[in-house]
Amino acid sequence: MTRTTEQSGKWEYAPAPESAPIEIADRYGLFIGGEFCDPSSGQWRSSISPANEQVLSDVAEAGADDVNKAIAAARDALPGWAGLSGRERGKYLFRIARRIQERARELAILETMDGGKPIKESRDVDIPLVAHHFFYYAGWADKLEYAFCGRTASPVGVCAQIIPWNFPLLMAAWKIAPALACGNTVVLKPAETTPLTALRLADILQEVGLPPGVVNIVPGGPEAGAALAGSDAIDKLAFTGSTEVGKRLAQIAAKRGIPLTLELGGKSPNILFDDAPIDQAVEGIISGIYFNQGHVCCAGSRVLVQEGIAEEVVSKLEWRMKSLRVGDPLDKNTDIGAINSAEQLARIKHFLEVGPQEGAVLHQVAGDSELPDRGFWCRPCFFTGVQPSHVIAREEIFGPVLAVMTFRTPKEAVERANNTKYGLAAGIWTDKGAKIFNIATKLKAGVVWCNTYNKFDPGSPFGGFKESGFGREGGMQGLRAYVRL
Amino acid sequence: MVDERAASFAKRSIKTTMKGAGLRLAVSMVDLTTLEGKDTPEKVRALCRKAVCPHEGGQIEPALPHVAAVCVYPSMVRTAKAAVAGSGVKVASVATAFPSGQYPLDGRLADVRQVVADGADEVDMVINRGAFLAGRYDEVAQEIREVKKACGPAHLKIILETGELETYDHIRRASDLAIEAAAVDGDLADGEVFIKTSTGKVSPAATMPVTLIMLEAIRDHYLATGVRIGMKPAGGIRTAKSALHYLMMVSETLDEHWLSPHLFRFGASSLVNDLVRQALKLSTGTYAAGYDTSVS
Repeated sequence: MTRTTEQSGKWEYAPAPESAPIEIADRYGLFIGGEFCDPSSGQWRSSISPANEQVLSDVAEAGADDVNKAIAAARDALPGWAGLSGRERGKYLFRIARRIQERARELAILETMDGGKPIKESRDVDIPLVAHHFFYYAGWADKLEYAFCGRTASPVGVCAQIIPWNFPLLMAAWKIAPALACGNTVVLKPAETTPLTALRLADILQEVGLPPGVVNIVPGGPEAGAALAGSDAIDKLAFTGSTEVGKRLAQIAAKRGIPLTLELGGKSPNILFDDAPIDQAVEGIISGIYFNQGHVCCAGSRVLVQEGIAEEVVSKLEWRMKSLRVGDPLDKNTDIGAINSAEQLARIKHFLEVGPQEGAVLHQVAGDSELPDRGFWCRPCFFTGVQPSHVIAREEIFGPVLAVMTFRTPKEAVERANNTKYGLAAGIWTDKGAKIFNIATKLKAGVVWCNTYNKFDPGSPFGGFKESGFGREGGMQGLRAYVRL
Repeated sequence: MVDERAASFAKRSIKTTMKGAGLRLAVSMVDLTTLEGKDTPEKVRALCRKAVCPHEGGQIEPALPHVAAVCVYPSMVRTAKAAVAGSGVKVASVATAFPSGQYPLDGRLADVRQVVADGADEVDMVINRGAFLAGRYDEVAQEIREVKKACGPAHLKIILETGELETYDHIRRASDLAIEAAAVDGDLADGEVFIKTSTGKVSPAATMPVTLIMLEAIRDHYLATGVRIGMKPAGGIRTAKSALHYLMMVSETLDEHWLSPHLFRFGASSLVNDLVRQALKLSTGTYAAGYDTSVS
């Protein structure tokens, strides 16, 4: 019997969509005082899936009255919650964390549908970290006296927390978990394009029997945000989002004299020395800028590469990018999902036009997957020939767009890396340990990753220098913003 | 980042048509191997039949392809050659004092000449790990050059024995060294030289991170010279699922040219039966019992 050898050829991916069905209600109200309620504003906003522009649900839009109601509910709940022992508060947080783990798949799918990020990221990164954050701060709840030795830590009070759309549930966890551990109550405003997972968290809070009013969730747009931040009745303001909004909030907080933490934009440098393990560094570039479509405040959006290896790095980057799959975020093989909104896509496209006008060279490696007809999409790309004065080297693009620049000496690398209004994160790639310590101490950045990038851990503080904000979230340091000493 | 990247391939979801194509491709890439002191001519003939026809019985349509090669000890080359005659299955023989390589060079070269004379299409050599780990890289390279010459028309697979090299840095250096040394006499044809992870006699044998590093060395050589070196992970790949993950890694690290037995092989013995079982599951809808596939 004669048999033939298989022909070589392209091995096509079959679609592999996440198949577990989840329920999404037609409407979601505000979560105030432990109950879902209709907005007194009478306004509802459709939350769409950025991957196909279909409406997922209509979500209540909080007006100023609703926000005030939520703040009042948090105020009412404050004495009871702050009066609980740390151990009791910790029990609630542990319960929330466990319930998040149990409902992880549902939360991951919902996060992906509402925000457009690939399911492999929401499943393997976002939701596990969300649970991890609650576990971590649950552990601190009864140990605050060890975090602040010799001093008495008391809660700040009612905390207004405004979070962005890039990691919707994770940012809610970053804000809520330490606040609750320290005995505060919360009014949280999720971003207008991604409210669904925060509201699903509200469902979990009901399930675990969190006392009513301890956490209140008021979805809405800038109006709700302004009402919340501008309220006389809040004791603390925490914001993650754009530097532009952060500056306005800083003015408000300064007038009222309330404590403020800001986690804002970034234009983080990822520095490759010529003794770096190049293949690993290329992986680091990829995860640095294309993780979550580049919608990451600490994205390594400026690659600084030492002259001698620049050509090799660029060609390896192009080769590696051929295997990035852009498409349906619910497909388990998708590496890069949908851009979060039409507005953000327009902003990214603007920079893609500005770059070449300024003289930079755009490298858009054509992936072979076809993009869907509907939804918001941007193929990953990078610029070479970028000068430090270029807009694409200075402004935060918040998309899958990278600027590659070269340097000759370590001194020049540090100078260029720090030549930005931001200072959130940085990456260093070299095989020399001494060089890592030398350079890391000279970088003005809140987080410096060495021979890796975009690694997050609840035990590690995160925050910025300069216009990237102030205050730290995560770790023992993350407790500081939520206590009075 | 190596471990992370390697782990990411195992998270790829391989379904339906893609899985079917992948299983067939994997079967066609197997170097079906028996390397034991107790090997008998009859056992080698059984292996050869399995190589030519991985599954008899016609439940899988179209029939599975034959495997790429059988891999045997030098004393079994003639037996194997006769048993696979006319089928398209190649005969590979280990040589150069496999698995240790701890013999004088003359003996190792004689080993190679003998198996080629007996009809081996492919020679699987081991590098001199003692010299490599001692930093005598020129010596290792020179030996590879001489073995390559002794191979004549036979294709050469260079076993690095990564389990003994231990570190990723060593593995990358050995990969580069082997490729450079084998390529020294003018241009190589695609697939004329392979680099191979392991003898299968040392643990750990093939792993995904190690294979990834070797694939990267192959990619860099290709980008620099245009010559395609082949890759053969060997030892420890027992399931169809893990074979498909390896193929995913090849497809994303190199390109579709390497998705072919000319440039990629699995050194394995029990893998074929699991590939057959999975192919049966796709075509019949039920899993075959262990006794439904023949021993080899």
